[in-house]
Amino acid sequence: MNLHEGAANLLEVRGLTKIFGSLKACDSIDLGIARGEIHALLGENGAGKSTLVKMLFGSLEPHSGEILWNGQPVRITSPGIAKKLGIGMVFQHFSLFEALTAAENIALSLNDGAPISTIAAKARALSYSYGLPLDPDALVGDLSVGERQRIEIIRCLLQTPDLIILDEPTSVLTPQEADKLFETLERLRSEGKSILYISHRLEEVKRMCDRATVLRHGKVVGHCNPREETASSLARMMVGSEVRAVERPPAEGMDKAESLLEIVNLNRKPATPFSIPLRNINLSVRAGEVVGIAGVAGNGQGEFFEAVSGEVLQQDKASVRIRGRQVGGLDITGRRLLGAAFVPEERLGHGAAPRMKLSENLLLSRHATDGKAFVGTAGMIDGKAIYSAAQRIIEVMDVRKSAPDPEAASLSGGNLQKFIVGRELDRKPSVMVVNQPTWGVDAGAAAHIRQALIELARNGSAVLVISQDLDELFEISDSIAVMHNGELSARIPIAEATYEKIGLLMGGAEPGHAATAHDAEPAEVA
Amino acid sequence: MDIWVSILLTIATAATPLLIAAIGELVAERAGVLNLGVEGMMIMGAVGGFGAGYLTGSPWIGVLAAIVIGVLFSLLFAFMTLTLATNQVATGLSLTILGLGLSGMLGTSFVGLPGQRLPNLDIPGLTSLPVVGRLLFGQDPIFYLSIALVIAVTWFLFRSRTGLTMRAIGDSHTSAHALGISVIGYRYLAVMFGGACAGLAGAHLSLVYTPQWVENMSAGRGWIALALVVFASWRPWRVLAGAYIFGAIWIGQLHVQAIDLSSFASSSWFIYQPIALIKSLPSQFLSSLPYLATIVVLVLISRNKRLTMMNTPASLAQPFVPER
Repeated sequence: MNLHEGAANLLEVRGLTKIFGSLKACDSIDLGIARGEIHALLGENGAGKSTLVKMLFGSLEPHSGEILWNGQPVRITSPGIAKKLGIGMVFQHFSLFEALTAAENIALSLNDGAPISTIAAKARALSYSYGLPLDPDALVGDLSVGERQRIEIIRCLLQTPDLIILDEPTSVLTPQEADKLFETLERLRSEGKSILYISHRLEEVKRMCDRATVLRHGKVVGHCNPREETASSLARMMVGSEVRAVERPPAEGMDKAESLLEIVNLNRKPATPFSIPLRNINLSVRAGEVVGIAGVAGNGQGEFFEAVSGEVLQQDKASVRIRGRQVGGLDITGRRLLGAAFVPEERLGHGAAPRMKLSENLLLSRHATDGKAFVGTAGMIDGKAIYSAAQRIIEVMDVRKSAPDPEAASLSGGNLQKFIVGRELDRKPSVMVVNQPTWGVDAGAAAHIRQALIELARNGSAVLVISQDLDELFEISDSIAVMHNGELSARIPIAEATYEKIGLLMGGAEPGHAATAHDAEPAEVA
Repeated sequence: MDIWVSILLTIATAATPLLIAAIGELVAERAGVLNLGVEGMMIMGAVGGFGAGYLTGSPWIGVLAAIVIGVLFSLLFAFMTLTLATNQVATGLSLTILGLGLSGMLGTSFVGLPGQRLPNLDIPGLTSLPVVGRLLFGQDPIFYLSIALVIAVTWFLFRSRTGLTMRAIGDSHTSAHALGISVIGYRYLAVMFGGACAGLAGAHLSLVYTPQWVENMSAGRGWIALALVVFASWRPWRVLAGAYIFGAIWIGQLHVQAIDLSSFASSSWFIYQPIALIKSLPSQFLSSLPYLATIVVLVLISRNKRLTMMNTPASLAQPFVPER
């Protein structure tokens, strides 16, 4: 990129570097964003995308390098300064306050001191004009993830930024919601705004973005026009090598296979004011198959997982059955002893204890099932045994780490996820329930995890996967059911499933749901 | 009639220090900081207020000194927990222990001295009104200040932008930081406000309630104030209700314990028997009644889970270290 071109850019980044300890999270990054373009920032997890945009938004301070805004060198030392310059950000992990209303959340990021009612009216007007309807008086804790994202976007737009940074915006949306977002982004582009779009979904990058910058291991490895690339060539640039496609051999003899996991009329009252009740859920997963549960986050998947795994016991003992046994009253250890394994959604703090070593984390979920192997005489832990078992998992799952037996928190998200899934696979469970198996995991690791789940099923286990990632479910499932508002649809065999069909169910298109109705009535509030 | 007026007045006097200390702590906790040092800040305010009042001869200077000492003491806590990100529970506990010890040491020469007392309000014509006169227009200045504080804090938290920011920080400090809000700065202010209130509550003890210095004279009131905040689910008007329920039962059981049963010997069976029954209860039970009743009442009124969730500061007591 020559200097002349650089001067015309809205934002120009030169040699930006950020070091955490011994890790160069960003290594002299160059990036230029022109006015009125949608610029994609591509890269696997841990490639440095989030670190880079945090520096652009003033949340992190670079060690070296410079940022030019409209050709002028600037130092962005706080989000406040970024906002003043005209940089807005829509976060990946929402920066919203659950106990406050949408309008209050928006007011907090505007420093104009206007009364909440004025801000609410402005937000409402703007949201309808962009086709992202929003109720400013709703409590954020009551809203779906898609609705929360609208608040973030509207909040960002109200600051009339010239550059909008979106961090993985579609990872929590239904396909239809994502389409709506793309319309909004295209309209913003036509208004002359620039957008920095971070994503790992290559199809949408190809569809929308004018230019792309690809990061790998903290370095820029290429600039390209995504429209001239294929999804696999983009993936190759991101990963640096060919990504193995997941193979799903056809499941055979399914009709005769035994049902290993059965959910029968599962009901659950909401545990907290912000959680979803489960209503009459029925599902059975047979030996040899992978069943996927799709749904927008916050529709009861978490509550469902808790009920199935035994983190929360059921009054009705028959509502959950593992290998024919009624286990509604058994705790998670009891269910594990029957041959089931569970991988929760949250890696740190739920799936693994952050400050404990991997080998210790291995013992935490397997002390009961593998007690003989890991616990020696007089109840003493057999350190050698857990260490070597941990090393075995690390090798099988290709977990990349900085020390032989590091603390869980020191691993990147993808590598920790590989370990946590591998920890359960290593047991060869007959029933495996996984919530968001590859959330925030890079393409290579995700393919590895997905392949392992399919193989487990084909070797005779029942695998239930809860995921928001439709691509993933289509890749690995033999049939897909959709969860919406605490209810589960019937299973749709993969041969009959389409994105549109599943997407409509995710939006609540079954009789009795009105979730799509309020999207269709922008005229109501004018 | 007069006996009831004076009972009500003593109730208000007993409730005021609890209310002030609790309101200050409520603001700190709304911003996400749990300061268990209320008792320590309060007793430091009491000894400082008494000392300054005694040495200068002005109870008003005593009040001012108590507030300043409360703030300084809370700054110690703020520096430890906010700047150095130490554990809030442990730091608060040590602040209380430090305050109790330090105040006892500083106050040795004050023991037994006659103190200054803040004069009660006296508005000619109004204060002498029958019944309501003394209740509404004849109390000590800190009583009026405590009511004003409840109104002001309610307005501040739920109507002002700064109050909204405080609540937001208490809900999620990481989100607040991402928006560019100075989490640490706001928390310093909230903790200092809590310190000022605790100091003022201490001043009420040694300049109004019992105008003298006695070691450990806060007698656990700081802890009650802390409990009130939680059981009032972080809402100012409920703190007021809790403080007055506590005060009422506290005074009530004192009166009951002081009753001479024989003076009722000639009363009807219906008066004599209940009083005899209450008198037959162990005095320890009567002394614990205020605590029990306050907790029961506040638990009952905070049964709405949704409201409680909305009002509980989700990041309470979590140390915050911004990544840079």
